Amino acid sequence: MSRPVSMRSSVSARWLRALLLVPIAAAFAARAAGAEPGEFRLENPAPGVYVHYGQQAEMTPANGGDIANTGFVVGARCVAVIDTGGSYAVGQALRHAIRALTAVPICYVINTHAHPDHVFGDAAFDDDHPQFVGHQRLADAMQRRGPNYLNALQRTLGERAEGTRIVLPTRSVATTDELDLGDRVLQLRAWRTAHTDNDLTVLDRASGTLWLGDLAFVGHLPVVDGSLRGFIGVTDELLAMHVAHAIPGHGRITAWPDALAPQSRYLRGLAADVRAAIKSRQTLAEAVATVGHGGDEWQLVGAFHQRNVTAAYAELEWEE
Amino acid sequence: MNRWLAVVAVVALTAGPARAQDADPAESPVWKKVHESVFASAPIAPADGIVTLDTPKRAEDAAIVPVAIRSGIVQRSDRYIDTIWLIIDNNPSPIAAVFHFTTASGRADMETRIRIEQYTHVRAIAKTNDGKLYMAVNYVKASGGCSAPAGKDAAAAQASLGKMRIRVDSAPASGKPVLAQLMISHPNDSGLAMDQVTRTYATPHFVREVDVSYAGKSVMRADVDFSISENPNFRFYFVPGDGGELQAKVVDNQDLAFATSVRLDAARGASASMLP
Repeated sequence: MSRPVSMRSSVSARWLRALLLVPIAAAFAARAAGAEPGEFRLENPAPGVYVHYGQQAEMTPANGGDIANTGFVVGARCVAVIDTGGSYAVGQALRHAIRALTAVPICYVINTHAHPDHVFGDAAFDDDHPQFVGHQRLADAMQRRGPNYLNALQRTLGERAEGTRIVLPTRSVATTDELDLGDRVLQLRAWRTAHTDNDLTVLDRASGTLWLGDLAFVGHLPVVDGSLRGFIGVTDELLAMHVAHAIPGHGRITAWPDALAPQSRYLRGLAADVRAAIKSRQTLAEAVATVGHGGDEWQLVGAFHQRNVTAAYAELEWEE
Repeated sequence: MNRWLAVVAVVALTAGPARAQDADPAESPVWKKVHESVFASAPIAPADGIVTLDTPKRAEDAAIVPVAIRSGIVQRSDRYIDTIWLIIDNNPSPIAAVFHFTTASGRADMETRIRIEQYTHVRAIAKTNDGKLYMAVNYVKASGGCSAPAGKDAAAAQASLGKMRIRVDSAPASGKPVLAQLMISHPNDSGLAMDQVTRTYATPHFVREVDVSYAGKSVMRADVDFSISENPNFRFYFVPGDGGELQAKVVDNQDLAFATSVRLDAARGASASMLP
């Protein structure tokens, strides 16, 4: 970090850094998010880096789809948004929070992958005319899955899904890319198939902050929607990276890389148990009924574990 | 109005038409059309032990939902199941599969995996050789959140297209049905995803016919479509004779043909697993 970020004069960077929780434009944002009265909370782990931690939950009308971590990085010339939340309303709340902090234009909206809880706030940034940035397979995944995700969102959130649309990327990353925000550069990396086939990480070199998207789950059971073997390998690579701050897609990392160890254990255990089930000639349905989730404590096991076993079985049965 | 109708009416008022369908599989609009077009509105008896259908209550992974159809009768020349339809009312293409069995099948059982697009009834309708129809029906809730019926890795699916495996786990004992599993690496893609830039649809590419024979006699034939999951997978029975070749032929909608076979020998050990 070479110099303080540019901000609205009434709000100094130092003041923001000093606060752990920053309630931003409370009433406005809460109304936009359709949340209970309260505030759209931001944390400021490093200069110019802001994180909103979503709830550890499935989507419900009460949480309005605010269940994934989102945030932004502020440079001298540009703001880059990293994921936008699970509905248009969450995206709007995030945008209002940014606007309350800085007048620097929003040049980039980065999606870490195609899942609805990360991308469905994108449309709230249309008026900023940003580049929408993602993995080179993001557009394909959005097209294949988007309509189904929208149906599910409308079914789950009802009127709180209002305004939500699919926004396709306008800039795609095949391997790596850099976004210059003005005196700070974001390094983007497109990964091989792991959590999904379109995972992208964002490194803010200035502060040493790594945005992991759903390549990192903390507390929330990891979800396999790409390749279990790929996810295990990529997790190993991430564990070897040296960063000052790490932002997972779900949950909170306080100690890096230790916070990622339970994910690695869960994924390896899943692979071992599903391989054993296949070897002993259990059917898919039998494996789903019997394979456990290991010794670590996780939230949302009921929502995701059996699904992970299903995906793992379908992938690993071709190994023999 | 009887009490049952009153209940349906209240559910319909409070929860909308989807819940009313949930209450009565006969009222599903898609089913009414299928009943008329495929079965000429012929009467269909409850399953009554002739056929059972196992599905999860909720589709954990919308792209891979295991289903098991089990028959309650032995396939004998005087009475056997010759056809089973697998129908998913609320999928874009409701008739997921039509399975054809013979007496050489031994048992008219089938386990496979399907895609589930939304809350839906799933039906297995069996026809016995005397022309009678029997139906088992389950309701399956769609998965929520980030699960989707689309495949997980389109590039990988394309790369391994056409790879096949056929496996027989137990040693064939003459006259007794044994279990076989057929795995087909294929994206089984509906082509229903629209390219938002060009406003065109992808080219559908899915398996449409599976034909398994043993020693030259048909044991299981299936007309299928993209309601079957990526990498179609079928577990079924056949009655081996004194040895012979179990052969699977697959044709997709682009007329690509794939085949694999395994030679069975009655003398092989019980633990033998035969891969091509």
